Amino acid sequence: MTAKQIVKLVLTGSLSPVDVVETYLDRAKKLNPKINAFITIAEEHARRSAEELEKRLKKGFPGKLIGVPIAVKDVISTKGIETTCASKILKGYVPPYDATVIRRLKAEGAIIIGKTNMDEFAMGSSTELSAYGPTRNPWNLERVVGGSSGGSGAAVAARMAPIALGSDTGGSIRCPASFCNIVGLKPTYGTVSRYGLISYACSLEQIGPMTVDVNDCALLMEVITGKDCFDSTMIDYKFKWTPREVKGLRMAVPKEFFGEGTDERVANRVWDIIKLLESHGAIYEEISFPLARYVLACYYIIAMSEASSNLARYDGVRYGPPCDLSLPWYDSYSKIRGEGFGIEVKRRIILGCFALSAGYYGRYYLKALKLRTMIRNHVLSILKSFDVIVTPTTPFPPFKIGERVEDPLALYMADVDTVVANLAGVPAISVPAGFIDGLPVGAQFMANHCCEDLLLTVAKCIQDETNFHTKVSKEVRL
Amino acid sequence: MSDIKVKIGLECHCQMTSLKTKLFCRCPADYRGKPPNTNVCPTCLGLPGSLPYLNRRAVEEAIKVALALNCKINRRMVFYRKNYFYPDLSKNFQISQYDYPLAVDGQVTINVNGTDKVIRIKRVHIEEDPGRIVYKGSIESSPYTLVDYNRMGIALLEVVTEPDMETPTEAKAFLQELRSILEHLDVSDGSLEGSMRCDANISIEGGSRVEIKNITSFKEVERALSYEIIRQRNLLRRGVQVKRETRHWDEVRRVTVALRAKEEEMDYRYFPEPDLVPIEIADEMIKKIKEQLPELPATRRIRLVKQYGLTEYEARVLTSDKHLADFFEKLVSIHGNPKIDCNLVINELLRLLNEKNIGVRDLKFTPLEVSELLRMVDEGTISWKSAKYVLRKMVETGEHPRKIVEIEGIRRIASIEEIEKYVDMVFEKYREDVEEALREPKVVHKLVGEVLKETKMLADPKITFQIVSKRIEKLRELKK
Repeated sequence: MTAKQIVKLVLTGSLSPVDVVETYLDRAKKLNPKINAFITIAEEHARRSAEELEKRLKKGFPGKLIGVPIAVKDVISTKGIETTCASKILKGYVPPYDATVIRRLKAEGAIIIGKTNMDEFAMGSSTELSAYGPTRNPWNLERVVGGSSGGSGAAVAARMAPIALGSDTGGSIRCPASFCNIVGLKPTYGTVSRYGLISYACSLEQIGPMTVDVNDCALLMEVITGKDCFDSTMIDYKFKWTPREVKGLRMAVPKEFFGEGTDERVANRVWDIIKLLESHGAIYEEISFPLARYVLACYYIIAMSEASSNLARYDGVRYGPPCDLSLPWYDSYSKIRGEGFGIEVKRRIILGCFALSAGYYGRYYLKALKLRTMIRNHVLSILKSFDVIVTPTTPFPPFKIGERVEDPLALYMADVDTVVANLAGVPAISVPAGFIDGLPVGAQFMANHCCEDLLLTVAKCIQDETNFHTKVSKEVRL
Repeated sequence: MSDIKVKIGLECHCQMTSLKTKLFCRCPADYRGKPPNTNVCPTCLGLPGSLPYLNRRAVEEAIKVALALNCKINRRMVFYRKNYFYPDLSKNFQISQYDYPLAVDGQVTINVNGTDKVIRIKRVHIEEDPGRIVYKGSIESSPYTLVDYNRMGIALLEVVTEPDMETPTEAKAFLQELRSILEHLDVSDGSLEGSMRCDANISIEGGSRVEIKNITSFKEVERALSYEIIRQRNLLRRGVQVKRETRHWDEVRRVTVALRAKEEEMDYRYFPEPDLVPIEIADEMIKKIKEQLPELPATRRIRLVKQYGLTEYEARVLTSDKHLADFFEKLVSIHGNPKIDCNLVINELLRLLNEKNIGVRDLKFTPLEVSELLRMVDEGTISWKSAKYVLRKMVETGEHPRKIVEIEGIRRIASIEEIEKYVDMVFEKYREDVEEALREPKVVHKLVGEVLKETKMLADPKITFQIVSKRIEKLRELKK
C-alpha cells in the first residue's frame, strides 16, 4: 500500500491508524531479523502515536500523512527515541528534541515506526559499515542494499514501512533506492531543514524521501520542505508539483557516466529508459562532462574535511559512553573516540584533519572548493540548454556483502554518478529502471535548483510505462 | 625598564552583555548566577544534529563598536570554525572569524601622563564564548573537572590591537578607554565578572614574542605584563634567549607559567563554517548605525571641558568610566556647581569606590542625595570636612546625608551668637592668654584654636577668627 492509499482509507474510516501501525509493526518485527533494516523498532512510540491520532481524527484535525507509518534513518534526531547514527559512540543517546522534519511529519499525522540502519555516520555506500551489522538486500539477501540510507531503502522495499526518510550527502538516498527498486529523491540544497540531521558533511547533505512510487515522493516533499529559522542555509522554496507530459523535454546524456567503470548492463537499462522517454516526445543529446574524473576526489576531500570537524563533539562528556574519570580528559577522549568510532569513520576524520591542516589547506581543501565551484558552474551551464541530466544511479548493480568493504576506494566508486548533484546542490532522483539477474537498477535524473517538479514528471512517466515499482521481492512475502 | 624597548599587543574578549540572547541560539544571554547547565539548548550544548542560527542584533552591536574604533567594516563577513579539543567547548570547535572578519584597520587614542598616543586596531570580530570549567577546590587538588555550559555561546567581541603599546601602563590605559567606549555604546558592561578578558603579546628588544593567556580581568593586565617584562629582562641579562611560547597568567600566585612552546602551537584547522552563510553588510545599515552612534568618551571629554569649564585632566578621569561621568553630569544638573561637583566626584567619591573596590552603580544612593549633601555645605550646616565624612558613611550605609548628620550630631556652628558663647567660655578660662593676646597678635590664633576645640571642631573657623579678633580689639581699646 502507498501512503496516499493509507491516508484515503484512514480518512474514510476503513482503517484506523492503530490498524495500520499494527500491520506494519507485525511485518517489521517478522522481517527485521532477516533484513536488519531497523536499528530500533519504535513499537511503543508508534502505538501511542496511533492512539493519539485516533483522538485527533475524532476532533477533525487530520493531516496530509494521517496514520502513515514512516521509517526514519537513524541519523535524524527523534525526541525520546534512541538515535545512534549506527555508531557505538552514540549508543544510548536519546535526543531531547525532534528534528524539524520530524516535527513537520508529526504535525501531518505521520507515525515514526522505527529508526533504520545505515553506514556509521552516513559514511559508506553499502550499509555494511554499521555497528549493528549490515542490512541485507530484500531482493537478494547475500547482496548489499546500498547506502548509506540502506535501512530506509530496505524497509520500503520490504514493505516494512510505506515510506521512509533518508539523508543524501553523496548519493546516500539514491544509491539504496536504486539497489532496492524504489524512488529516492535528494532535494535541492537548502529546501529541507537540516536541523536535527546529525551532520556528516553539512554543505552537501539533505534529507529526502524514499518511497515506493512517485506520488508518495511528492506527498512527502510537500510535508518536509519549507523554510525553517533553525537552519541558516535554507532558501525560500515550497515544493509544488502538477504532473505534466514529458513531450519536448531536453535530456543531456553525459557519456563519461556510461563508459569505462560502468557495468554495460546497467548502462543498457538506463538507455532503455532514455528511449522510452524519447518515445514520449522527449529529446536527448550525448554530451561530454570532462570534469567527471575529478568529482570523487573533490567530493571526498570536502566531505571528510567537514566530517573531521562535525564529529569532534563525540567525546563522552555530554552523551554516549561515559568518560573514564581515572584518566586525564585528553586520554579519556582518545579512549572513547578510539573505541567508539568504526574504521571508516576514523579514516575519514584523519584524512579530513589532514586536508584542513596548516600547509595542506590550500593544496587540498581550498583546491577542492575551487573545483566544486567549477563542477557546479559546469552542471548549471548544461542545465541552461537541457532540462535534465540522465545517468545511471550507480555504475554497478548491488554487489555481494563483503565484496568491497575491505577496499575503500572500490567502495567510493559506488558514488561516482551521484556526488555531482551534491557538489552542485541540484536535485536528483533515482527511479527504478529494471533488473539485471533479479537485481534492481536505477536511473538518475538531475535538474536545475528547485526543479524537483520536473524530476517527478519524468519519474512519473517512467513509472506509468514500466510499472517496475509494483514489483516486490519474493523474499519478503510473509 | 625604560631603556629597553617593549612591544605589547592585546587581544581583548568582551561579552556583548546588552544582548538578550546568545550568539547562535535563543538561550538567555544572562547566564550569571544560574544553576549549572540550566541555561542551555541543543544548539549551545552542541547536541548531534543541532545547528547555529545567528543573532542579528549581535552583528549590529559589533558594527557599533567597529565604527567607534574607527575601523573599516567588511561588506561581506564570514564565520569560521576554529577546531580544538577542550572540555569547555561543547562542539570541540569554536565558531569564530578568520578571513573576512567584521572589521579591520581602526585606531584609538589613549593618554598617559598627559601625552596622547594612537593605538592601531588590527581587527574586530565576533565569536562564541566557551563554557566554564569548574574545579572542586583548586586546580591541583580537584579530583575531577566539572563543566558548566551556561556561558557556552555567549556573544563575544574580539578586539585585536597592533603591538603599539610600550608599557603596562599604556596597556591599562588602552583597556580603560576600550571599556569606556563599550559602555558609552551600551554594548558591554565591564563591571560584570568575566565580561572582559584579554590575552597579551609581549616582546622585548632582543627576545621573541610571548603570548600570555588567561588574563581574566582588565585589572590583572598591568600586573601580568609587569611580571613578564621583569622575567624576560632577567633572562636576557643572564644571556638566556627568550623563547617564543605561550604562557598562562596564574592570578593567585601572580606569575606567568609556560603553557606550550612554538613547536607545540595548535593548528586550529580554520575553515568556513558551512552551517552559516556569509553575512552581507549593506552600506545603508552601516550608515544607519553610524547616525545613531551615541556620544563617545573622546567627544564627551571635549564637551565636558567646554560646557563645565573642567580641566582636560578632570574630564579624562570622569570619562574613563561612563557611569562616573554620568553621575557627575546628573549631579551638576541638580547642584549646579561644576568645580565643586567635579572635585567631589573625582577626588572624594572615586577614592572611596577604589578603596571599597566597587563601581558607581553599586552605590546605594543617587546624585540627588549627593546634591543634598553639598547643599548642606552651601547652607553652612556642615563643613567641607564633615561632608567628606558623611559621604563615606553614605557609601557604607546608603543612608540619606541629612539623616547621617542628624544621627551623628554633625553640623557646622556658624551662628555668631552661638560661637560667642564659646568665646565667652574660652576667654574666661584662658585669661592669661587673653592678656598676652592684647600685646601679641599671634596669640589670637591660639585662642581661636581653643574655641574650635570647645565646639568639637564644628564651629566655622573663619567666623570664629573674626569674632575672637573683634573681641581682642575691643578689649585693647577699652584698656586705652
